[in-house]
Amino acid sequence: MTQMNMVQAITDALRLEMRRDPRVVVLGEDVGKVGGVFRVTQGLYDEFGEDRVIDTPLSEGGIIGAAIGMALYGLVPVPEIQFSDFIFPAYDQIVSELAKMRYRSGGEYVSKLVIRTPVGGGIRGGLYHSQSPESLFIHVSGLKVVCPSTPEDAKGLLLSAIRDPDPVLFFEPKRIYRASKGDVPEGDYTVPIGKARIAREGDDVTVLAWGAMLYEAMAAAEQASEQGVEAEIVDLRTLWPVDIDTIVESVKKTGRVVVVHEAPRTCGFGAELVSLVTERAFLHLEAPPVRVTGFDTPFPYTLEMDYLPLAHRILPALLETAKF
Amino acid sequence: MSVENSRELGLFRVLRDDHSQDPAVSVPDAVVLRAYREMRRLRILDAKMILLQRQGRVGFYGACTGQEAVPIGTALALEADDWVYPALREQSVMLVRGFPLTQFIAQVFGNSGDVQKGRQMPSHHSGRSVNQVSWSSNIGPQIMQAVGTAWAMKLQKKSSIAVGFMGDGATSQGDFHSAMNFAGVFKTPCVLICQNNHWSISVPTAKQTASATIAIKGLAYAVPSCRVDGNDLLAVYAAVKEAADDARAGKGTTFIECLTYRIGAHSTSDDPSRYRTDEEVESWKRKDPVDRLRNHLVHRGLLDDAKDAALEAELTDEVNEAVKVAEAFPAPSRESLFDDVYQELPWFLQEQKEELRRAPPAPSHGG
Repeated sequence: MTQMNMVQAITDALRLEMRRDPRVVVLGEDVGKVGGVFRVTQGLYDEFGEDRVIDTPLSEGGIIGAAIGMALYGLVPVPEIQFSDFIFPAYDQIVSELAKMRYRSGGEYVSKLVIRTPVGGGIRGGLYHSQSPESLFIHVSGLKVVCPSTPEDAKGLLLSAIRDPDPVLFFEPKRIYRASKGDVPEGDYTVPIGKARIAREGDDVTVLAWGAMLYEAMAAAEQASEQGVEAEIVDLRTLWPVDIDTIVESVKKTGRVVVVHEAPRTCGFGAELVSLVTERAFLHLEAPPVRVTGFDTPFPYTLEMDYLPLAHRILPALLETAKF
Repeated sequence: MSVENSRELGLFRVLRDDHSQDPAVSVPDAVVLRAYREMRRLRILDAKMILLQRQGRVGFYGACTGQEAVPIGTALALEADDWVYPALREQSVMLVRGFPLTQFIAQVFGNSGDVQKGRQMPSHHSGRSVNQVSWSSNIGPQIMQAVGTAWAMKLQKKSSIAVGFMGDGATSQGDFHSAMNFAGVFKTPCVLICQNNHWSISVPTAKQTASATIAIKGLAYAVPSCRVDGNDLLAVYAAVKEAADDARAGKGTTFIECLTYRIGAHSTSDDPSRYRTDEEVESWKRKDPVDRLRNHLVHRGLLDDAKDAALEAELTDEVNEAVKVAEAFPAPSRESLFDDVYQELPWFLQEQKEELRRAPPAPSHGG
């Protein structure tokens, strides 16, 4: 075990897999000599050279389109989109091409790649360095969507993602890139895609959270505990395909559910989670499901701490739901 | 060389009006004979598919009529290990490279004889056995993917190349410019071919671009570019062969604009009389690529009327027989709707598959 932050854990995973599998290449804007604007690819250029750690022109559609063509030929590209807010020029390549490649070819062609991209707010990034577009990709058939909240999971999930047979969107919660620290196993290990983690046990209310908001939910849960409410927190880790069994089991135990996410509320992933829970555990529910989310506005700059569903907004939701 | 005669602004032709050829270019007898056979077969196939569409037996078709020299000339200039990313009117490249005609037609029917399992509408073919990837109707994404595949070939030190096709309309898309830019920067072993057929559905090339030619756009990206008579099989073959040789030799990408004309409608859903004149169409029919090659073969002593008639009868039989075989395949099974979304069926698709299994039979189209 080594103490690492999430950036270091992700770099460790990339380095390990690039040493293990010569087909793995990293490409994107500024990923080479400078090691990425968040330094996630730091050191890889020096070790693996410019043919495997590639600085590209500034074109997200170009990066993903090229990565798809590389993957079809047998490479395993791990493109980086510098901020998930910048992913939209590549949206056509991801939605119309990457996600549909296996299906449209009758299984003959697979474009297996992992798109890494920092996600979420809380870094004073304004409109275009803060958004959480996960539901726009979950809604597209054919993609898997992952968002870790701890360094250990980040490394293990990224290794799983690169070895997974399907294309994966790997969202990295940048607010906790360096703030999250923890013991990370050395060497090779994987965390399975599609398995959630119980981050805190409790009997009174289930909280579904991921990424940076997991820590806000944990903080709110500690405060709720002082008032006699014990929240069970499920860290989803994989958003799609979501670990439905763990979620339903927890909700059946507590009878109450609160979903927390940074993305705007309407048609956010919380809407799907509430539907899934309601369809499967309706008779176990003792309170209306509640969503604590970003608002249905563009992501604000000055007022971002008001926008984000931080602990001060989660706590009342926990208490009210538990006491409903 | 003056600007007007430059490769980007001039027009590379090999076939002359008197049916002879520029002696500076040599294309072997076997290649021109094979090309003629493939072009004739494609024209017969396209006519048959449009007939089937009119009869309601297939849903859609995008014919290549009038543009056959580009896909056929290109296909014959490639090696088996090369990869092809067609646009709408280059599906036939795969036929030249050995994809079975019956499977090709089964794709148009969308039945269980189709390697794509009926997942795509007609004229969106692909085939792993011949390294041909499907285009998507969105226009343009395949250009960037062709560059990506070529890039992977270069990184893996292969001698193969990738070919990416597009129409004139696609050169207005961002993907075209990204692809040309990446191709220039990384010198990917690629041949990018624009079939400028003068019309993107109803919009003429003059409204796609104010550039003097499409080929000239390559100069800005430091991608060697040229403009070729796309109705001249020998010119297309020679230009693609040279570009492919350059790509294999590490000289990077060449961009080729092929000047041609879509004789028929954009697709079976289009009515070109609403936007262009008969005179324009007739003027291009006089430059028909199949006629020009036939006249050249006669001039060269490789073809006469009797041989040509026998060829037509043989190819018509081949196409009709393939249609008969292809149409007989049953529809894909209902459960196959859920296959190939992911490698393994995830829980939510398992549930939805069960849901469909319990559902009553679906109504038929138009029912």
